[in-house]
Amino acid sequence: MDDLKRLLSYLGPYRKDLAIAWLLVFIETSFELIIPSMMADLIDEGVAAGDAGFMVAKGAQMAFCALLALATGLAYARFAARAAYGWGARIRQAEYSRIQEYAFPNIDKFETSSIVTRLTGDITVMQNAINNGFRPLVRSPIMLLLGIFFSFSMNAELAIIFVIITPLLGIGLFAIVRRVAPMYKVLQKTVDGLNGVVEEDLRAIRTVKAFVREGYEERRFGEVNARLRKAGSDTNSAAVINLPFFQASMYLCILLLMYFGGSMVIEGTLQFGELTGFLTYVMQVLNSMMMLSNVFLLLTRSLASAHRICEILDEVPVLQEKDDPVRTIADGSVEFRLVTFRYSQEAEADTLEDITLSIRAGETIGIIGGTGSGKSTMVQLIDRLYDVSDGAVLVGGVDVRDYSLHSLRDAVAMILQKNLLFSGTVRDNLRWGDADASDEEIWQACRIAGAEEFLRRFPAGLDTDLGQGGVNVSGGQKQRLCIARALLKKPKVLILDDSASAVDTATELCIRRELQRLEGMTKIYIAQRISTVMHADRIVILDGGRIADIGTHSQLLESSPIYREIYESQMKGGML
Amino acid sequence: MPRMVSSRKPKDLAYTAKRLLSYMGMHRYSLLAVTFLVAVSVLCNLLGTYMVSPIVDGLAAGEGYGFLARGVTITAAIYTVGVLAAFGYSQIMARASQKVVYDIRRDLFTHMQTLPLSYFDTHQHGDVMSFYTNDADTISDALNNSFASVIKNGMQIAGTMTMLLALNWRLSIIVFASYALMMLYVRHSARRSKEYYNRYQKSLGILDGYIQEMAAGQKVVKVFNHEKANMDVFGGKNEELRRMGTAAQAYASTMIPAVVTISFLTYAIVSLCGGFMVLGGTATLGSLASYLVFVRQSTAPINQFTQQSNFLLSSLAGAERIFELLDMEGEPDEGKVVLARSSSGWEWQDGERSVPLCGDVRFSHVGFSYEEGVRILHGISLYAKPGQKIAFVGSTGAGKTTIANLIERFYDIEDGQILFDGIDIRRIAKGSLRRSLGIVLQDTHLFTGTIRENIRYGRLDASDGEVEEAARIASADSFIRRLPNGYDTMVVSDGANLSSGQRQLLAIARAAVADPPVLILDEATSSVDTRTEDLIEKGMDRLMEGRTVFVIAHRLSTVRNADAIMVLEHGDIVERGDHGQLMAMKGRYYELFTGMFELS
Repeated sequence: MDDLKRLLSYLGPYRKDLAIAWLLVFIETSFELIIPSMMADLIDEGVAAGDAGFMVAKGAQMAFCALLALATGLAYARFAARAAYGWGARIRQAEYSRIQEYAFPNIDKFETSSIVTRLTGDITVMQNAINNGFRPLVRSPIMLLLGIFFSFSMNAELAIIFVIITPLLGIGLFAIVRRVAPMYKVLQKTVDGLNGVVEEDLRAIRTVKAFVREGYEERRFGEVNARLRKAGSDTNSAAVINLPFFQASMYLCILLLMYFGGSMVIEGTLQFGELTGFLTYVMQVLNSMMMLSNVFLLLTRSLASAHRICEILDEVPVLQEKDDPVRTIADGSVEFRLVTFRYSQEAEADTLEDITLSIRAGETIGIIGGTGSGKSTMVQLIDRLYDVSDGAVLVGGVDVRDYSLHSLRDAVAMILQKNLLFSGTVRDNLRWGDADASDEEIWQACRIAGAEEFLRRFPAGLDTDLGQGGVNVSGGQKQRLCIARALLKKPKVLILDDSASAVDTATELCIRRELQRLEGMTKIYIAQRISTVMHADRIVILDGGRIADIGTHSQLLESSPIYREIYESQMKGGML
Repeated sequence: MPRMVSSRKPKDLAYTAKRLLSYMGMHRYSLLAVTFLVAVSVLCNLLGTYMVSPIVDGLAAGEGYGFLARGVTITAAIYTVGVLAAFGYSQIMARASQKVVYDIRRDLFTHMQTLPLSYFDTHQHGDVMSFYTNDADTISDALNNSFASVIKNGMQIAGTMTMLLALNWRLSIIVFASYALMMLYVRHSARRSKEYYNRYQKSLGILDGYIQEMAAGQKVVKVFNHEKANMDVFGGKNEELRRMGTAAQAYASTMIPAVVTISFLTYAIVSLCGGFMVLGGTATLGSLASYLVFVRQSTAPINQFTQQSNFLLSSLAGAERIFELLDMEGEPDEGKVVLARSSSGWEWQDGERSVPLCGDVRFSHVGFSYEEGVRILHGISLYAKPGQKIAFVGSTGAGKTTIANLIERFYDIEDGQILFDGIDIRRIAKGSLRRSLGIVLQDTHLFTGTIRENIRYGRLDASDGEVEEAARIASADSFIRRLPNGYDTMVVSDGANLSSGQRQLLAIARAAVADPPVLILDEATSSVDTRTEDLIEKGMDRLMEGRTVFVIAHRLSTVRNADAIMVLEHGDIVERGDHGQLMAMKGRYYELFTGMFELS
């Protein structure tokens, strides 16, 4: 319930709409109570007395009230819809903005498929609760109270039946809700699982098709699909017991009334007219209870979703900014001071150990080392994608943790090993680097990154659509676009994490030469190819998370056996 | 490239509803049972309530306790049947609705996988995922909440209508006219709101796609400080979703007050007309009173029916999206020639004829473009004799990967022919064609499961021994054995716990276990250290033995060993020959080759 209360606070400006909607249902309900009494008047007094004038007058009154009811009803539709969808949109916005603050461990904790359902499906459940539950939630208590009031005033003795039956209903409802509530949680989780399988299939669709594994994937999907079906069946069949249970109570009530009321009639303490009248009220009371019980089920379901949404909102981002962060970065110098890093507390070994390295602004550094030596990890600390476990990383002479994340990442451009372009045009993608870049600036960056040549050949040029994940361009073209995107940031530090591996050596050389002309920019190259790093001012050799050696190409050829071994194997293999 | 146009436009409500009903038809016995039990429950309810009047009448006539007890017992029996029926149909429906949605999801997945790659290239993953969750959910919600009540209310409406006609046909004309008016309004408003529900479900899919894409690319988002910009884009899409939802819901909810008002008005008019009839002497006061009771009763089921409308409408919108996908044409697969793997090796079977597979591949004047007007390949011709290795080199974007895509028939060519053992690949059943081609892609996709399962993906009936043998061929065996659980180590989220080199070795093992006669290798580009590089090279070499191989080459050793090298430039083969010949030509190949050494 706390979760739901908390989410209700996200109504914001829509609180007003919900209040108006409440008022409107209230008015509408009163109309519905007034109109039947007018009808009774029309027949009992007008027709019975043969008074045509009275009949027409009452008829006109009824029509007037009906039109008023229509007006309130239409207004309700508007305000309630605004409130429900406005609320949903605000929660979604809050969730998304929270997710933007997440660090990677936070995201890994939820998995993307679950994040997606928590921002869509779960919110739909909440909206449905308002759409379908709000009206009965307002109406039913009114009807219920009025019904009970009238029945007590009519015959207090018979009305005691309510006193017996109501707690019974309460207990039954409580039992159902208690049983169903955890099932809804399981249900939503199963939906996440199904989503995950579909996501995996979509991502690997080329492999699936190449190995003709559609049938196999269908079986895999069939399993989660069957699991979801079972969860859905179990949950729903437990929830719908609500219906016969309430019907049974209602019938029991009627039977008791019949018997005791009938006895009273026989004893002469009750008129039959009263008995039939009483029954009408009883039906009204029970019907409203039935409606309320449906609302309770809707609420139970939305509680499960509310909890999942609150989990997103409550997740504490692992990386936090200081209260008073530094916003300007003096220069592109980078310093590692006795840096130690491990990905998680449970990790068996440190990924980086005692890294100490000082890079001058404008220097070109190459980093080389075997798989798993910690190269990518090391540069990701500069951008503060992760925080050091021990020691400190400084950019421009200031600890990266003292900067505002925005300023830091604005000054450091990193081209990741796993390059990603997003669906949209080339221009959309490149403008990630600089939202206001002119076409001229974009072309300039593309020229440096060696992307101009092929872009000029595309008939649509910068307006070429890249397709989902950039499938419309080749691997090497993608990498060059990613370099151009990073250059548009005009960074002080440029990090290329093996980001030209799919580009042929001749083109790569051109790109590197162009990059060298950008003076004052610190450049850090991570590579497997010696040819990529050999012209750097200094080359750092990482081995098992430690710096094994630092020096220029010729120094290292002399002093480092590791470097010499790599060099020789590459010269021999002649990587194209 | 097959055009992504559905074979028909299921824009009309009737088509979607009919299609949905046909899914429900598969569970017709369940649904018949539901209908029957709903009828029983409605009848019992009516009968039980009706019992009140004979009992009251009896008591009025002076009957005693015995009569009362008997009456109450009979009513209790009727009610018990009613409750049991309600229990029965609600339970059956809860299960049947899940079965229907299960069937829909299954068909959706099965059909989705037959769609051509161009569909996946142009649709965001999240958008596609939305079919399975958001759209399918609307259907299951509607079936759960509305199916039984539609039947129930329909029966009640039909029942009261009959009673009305029997009681007073003249007044009934007014009532029916007003029902007709209601129907017209409901239809009009349903159309309008369904239009918005369609757009709502669509916007939901788009938003889903955006969230998924950005969550998957979170690192890039962070590196580019793009959180704020993302919030803005998200805000725009979110706002669109809000507007559509509000409009759909607002339209759908106008139906209830409209119907209620019309029924009140009808009541007023009928009372007036009836009143005048009584005054005129054509009806009695008593008959008018009971007639009016029925008119009042008839409004309740109509109101409830209308209240279900937003469930039904949003579910139809969801169903329409799903059926649109189901109506899209899958990959063309008209080929009849199939492939069999017998003890003596691979064999083609064309009708009665059976020919051993050799692995001879020819391109004859092949032209292709992904997008209309942007030619990627211009009339390429080449051949690979059985057992030959053909290497493709060329700068990025020259069309190397496209050639691999075409052999696999991921896309269909526009001009020319691709022949496999002399058979046009369009004549070969797609499954057979792809099974005969092993492929190692640059990006290795791993699935959730164990290492062993991931290798076995290449051939599902491979024994554990064969899986390990394949791993040895790929030189993946030694690293796998060093993993904490060896072959049973779980691969998590697309192999995040493995290095890119290890992933490549697994991809090679996967191709090895498939043991295909023809192999397509898209060599992964570096990002691995020299030792792993050696392992990969050895694995590749062993894998290539005795097979026809097409390789998109990045390694000199691969190129040197090739029987023929094709140098591609802008979709044309500009040079061909073996290493020695090409070096002697001092052309484009020579330039590419020396690019590296110029540095040292």
